[in-house]
Amino acid sequence: MSSIASITPSTLSLNDLPWQIEWNKDKCTLCGQCTAVCPVRAIEMQVYRKKTLNTSLLPGHEQGKQFSTYYGIGQKTNVANACIGCAMCNMVCPNNAITPQRNPGVSRLKFHMNQDGQPRRRGGRKNSTESVLDQIKFTRISMLTDPALDAGRHEFELRTLLGRILSPKENMKRLREKGWIPPVREIYPMVIGGMSFGALSPTMWEGLQMGVAYLNEELGMPVRMCSGEGGCPPRLLRSRFLKYVILQIASGYFGWDEIIHAIPHMKEDPCAIEIKYGQGAKPGDGGLLMWHKVNKLIAAIRGVPQGVSLPSPPTHQTQYSIEESVAKMIISMSMAWGFRVPVYPKISASSTSLAVLNNLTRNDYASGLAIDGEDGGTGAAYSVSMDHMGHPIASCVRDNYLNLIKIGKQNEIPIFAGGGIGKNGNIAANAAALIMLGASGVQVGKFVMQAAAGCIGTEHDRCNVCNIGICPKGITSQDPRLYRRLDPEDVAQRIVDLYVSFDTELKKIVAPLGRSTSLPIGMSDALGINDKAAAERLSIKYVV
Amino acid sequence: MCRLFALTSEIPQSPMIAINALNVMKEGHDGSGVGILLRDLGGPFEDMKDAPILSGIFSEQGMKRLDLFMMDQGFMTKYKMSIKVPKEKLPDVPRRAMYLVRAYEYPEDWEGLTESEIKRRLMLTRLQIRGMGKEENDMIVFSFWPDTIMIKEIGDPLDIGHYLGLDRPELHARVIMAQGRQNTNYAINLYACHPFFIEGYATMTNGENTAFIPIKDFLSSRDFPGYTGYESDSEVFAHILHYCMEGLELDLDAYKHIITPLQDTDLKGHPDAEFLSHLKKSCRPLIIDGPNCVIGNLPDNTVFMAQDRKKLRPGVVGGRPGMYAFSSEICGLDATIPDRDKTTDIQPMHLDTVIVGPDRQEVEICPQSQALHLQH
Repeated sequence: MSSIASITPSTLSLNDLPWQIEWNKDKCTLCGQCTAVCPVRAIEMQVYRKKTLNTSLLPGHEQGKQFSTYYGIGQKTNVANACIGCAMCNMVCPNNAITPQRNPGVSRLKFHMNQDGQPRRRGGRKNSTESVLDQIKFTRISMLTDPALDAGRHEFELRTLLGRILSPKENMKRLREKGWIPPVREIYPMVIGGMSFGALSPTMWEGLQMGVAYLNEELGMPVRMCSGEGGCPPRLLRSRFLKYVILQIASGYFGWDEIIHAIPHMKEDPCAIEIKYGQGAKPGDGGLLMWHKVNKLIAAIRGVPQGVSLPSPPTHQTQYSIEESVAKMIISMSMAWGFRVPVYPKISASSTSLAVLNNLTRNDYASGLAIDGEDGGTGAAYSVSMDHMGHPIASCVRDNYLNLIKIGKQNEIPIFAGGGIGKNGNIAANAAALIMLGASGVQVGKFVMQAAAGCIGTEHDRCNVCNIGICPKGITSQDPRLYRRLDPEDVAQRIVDLYVSFDTELKKIVAPLGRSTSLPIGMSDALGINDKAAAERLSIKYVV
Repeated sequence: MCRLFALTSEIPQSPMIAINALNVMKEGHDGSGVGILLRDLGGPFEDMKDAPILSGIFSEQGMKRLDLFMMDQGFMTKYKMSIKVPKEKLPDVPRRAMYLVRAYEYPEDWEGLTESEIKRRLMLTRLQIRGMGKEENDMIVFSFWPDTIMIKEIGDPLDIGHYLGLDRPELHARVIMAQGRQNTNYAINLYACHPFFIEGYATMTNGENTAFIPIKDFLSSRDFPGYTGYESDSEVFAHILHYCMEGLELDLDAYKHIITPLQDTDLKGHPDAEFLSHLKKSCRPLIIDGPNCVIGNLPDNTVFMAQDRKKLRPGVVGGRPGMYAFSSEICGLDATIPDRDKTTDIQPMHLDTVIVGPDRQEVEICPQSQALHLQH
């Protein structure tokens, strides 16, 4: 540091940063690719000055010192350019000469990420590897008394239902009397959760849609994808592929002008309408698309001006009570499609979720309830919300399911669980655990981004810059220079890989439990956990 | 795996026929218990078809409490058949004071009640006695229903048959269902012994029911007091049958569509595709996953057999007009009706419900692919 530089309270050293760049001078070719690719400009070309002392006593050798310079890579230590650990530098380096390492000591950056009075905001995840779902084991294995089934040979019917299913008596009665029977979709139990066009890049969104279409049309897997709150490209709205899409409406109503106007031109009904009231990652807070990502295309689809931040209010401004949400919004959306499309709310997991559920049970038009747990992802949120707000998904789903059993409606209002499924890579096991706790299916977002597009975020605060449009993989960026890195065809291929492998794993879980002809929703006797308190809380077996 | 045997015959038969059939199939059960259901009774019960018969096991104290309770309810004993237990106890069989089979006159204030109200009250009375028995551990009640006797005990079927003298003419019946138990998951509890009975519907099963918990949860939450108990994962088969026919007022051919619905590709071409698709969705928690062979009996004395979706259990139906038997194994059938035309034996496959009606003249195969009778 030069002597004229000032030392301020937020002046940091490399030791204060969470990620430290290790650069190997011997391997470096000075090609400059790392500095070009770094999304936060944490590294730059530097000139290093080196002094060499000549201390030889041999006659004829002159004693003294020499100065030389050489070029290399240096890491910035200011808050705005702190390395985020994405390791793109390593990915592009031809000689493996550079890599970020996690600070083995204690980072102090957190105390300074509030410059100009602006608390830290980030995209991504909760940054915690804790997972009750990972602790749950499947312990009721069929042994001799009943043969385990063969995951590779037997027929499996692992689809689920999305929609209001009537009680058998009421259903028979309405069939006889030719009354209205709510629409029900038979879908694959893992839904791609709501990630908006805007939060995601055009290439990512296109890749997801292509993958979903392939799964449906070539492999016969009825996979559905939720649009998130950001509208839907006009061509998709008018195409036959709309039936694979769950359209989401949230408090900003972004994109709904376009959707409503497209209704008369729709060739197919959408799979369902999801009304978002909450998001597990930032419960009680609204959506947020920061101005960095609101380019011309996004602005057009959402029906807003370009280059402005788009916060969705925490609540739907036209509704101030559950009665209004249930009675008005669900019925209005049902009516818009002639009562042919299931409409359901998505809420953050909360200790008040039961109150929402109880209201839904009294409304014939409510088609389900999606509950998003604290481990859910987000495109952008305040760190404080992600780190400290929310409710774990497992106990919330369990409470809601047991409540449905109490009132005999466990088959009538499907619960879809989201938030943290596969956060440590165990997607099928986590999904199956939630299904056996009572969920009819799961919604998955982060795992899809990681598996299908190579998102490099981890639960150790790596990357997490989805919010500001600089996603180095082009997944959550609207900058063509970045999103061109992502080939939609590759994303589609990976989505297919993900679903096909998930399907095999799910069969490998349910077949040994002796289940194949229906999804084992609520089969809690199959579950065990090595934690007495959790076992008691979830009403499952305690196993050691 | 337990062994099952059922007989339906124009002429009342001794329960020992079924016990002998179980004995022939002994390799398939461990002699840990036997349950027998007798319906369409001969003997002295022939003349009192409408009188409800209470079957159960009682201690001396239990008998006294039962008598007080029944008198209090207004029931008068019409006919009593007590099985006197021999002095010499069988090893591994608990010492019981009384195996009771007793027909009652209805209480006077039940006169004028509708048939469905009478049925409901009989069931509630049975549940009440069961509850009382559980409190003091002095009564076990299996059924309380007209023209129906049930006997269950722990031990080897043949030994118990001789021990209790089941060959007596009073117990001859036209429909006999018997199960030799292979004790598996549960501590031996007589309430876990098959057959299971509810309001005139009975089933017995072998194999485990891997989907037990969601099915139990669904039935328990139907707001019907009879859907209770569940000491065995197989009890739900009887209750699903009851729910199908009494709750949803469907015919027997819908039962298999509830427990093992057709896959969607097969549903598409079905004559009742729309109906079945709704049935499958709304009854989704009642889907079984096997491996199970179910033998059942309806209030009109129809007897049937159905298999799980993959047909993971054996089962055969055969006989001649006037007498048909349903058996886990062909040797059980051979031992009972050796002189039948064996070429007409039927081993129901994964889509079939095989039915012998109350006239006992023929075996009807009812595959899931054919049109339903729908409402009865």
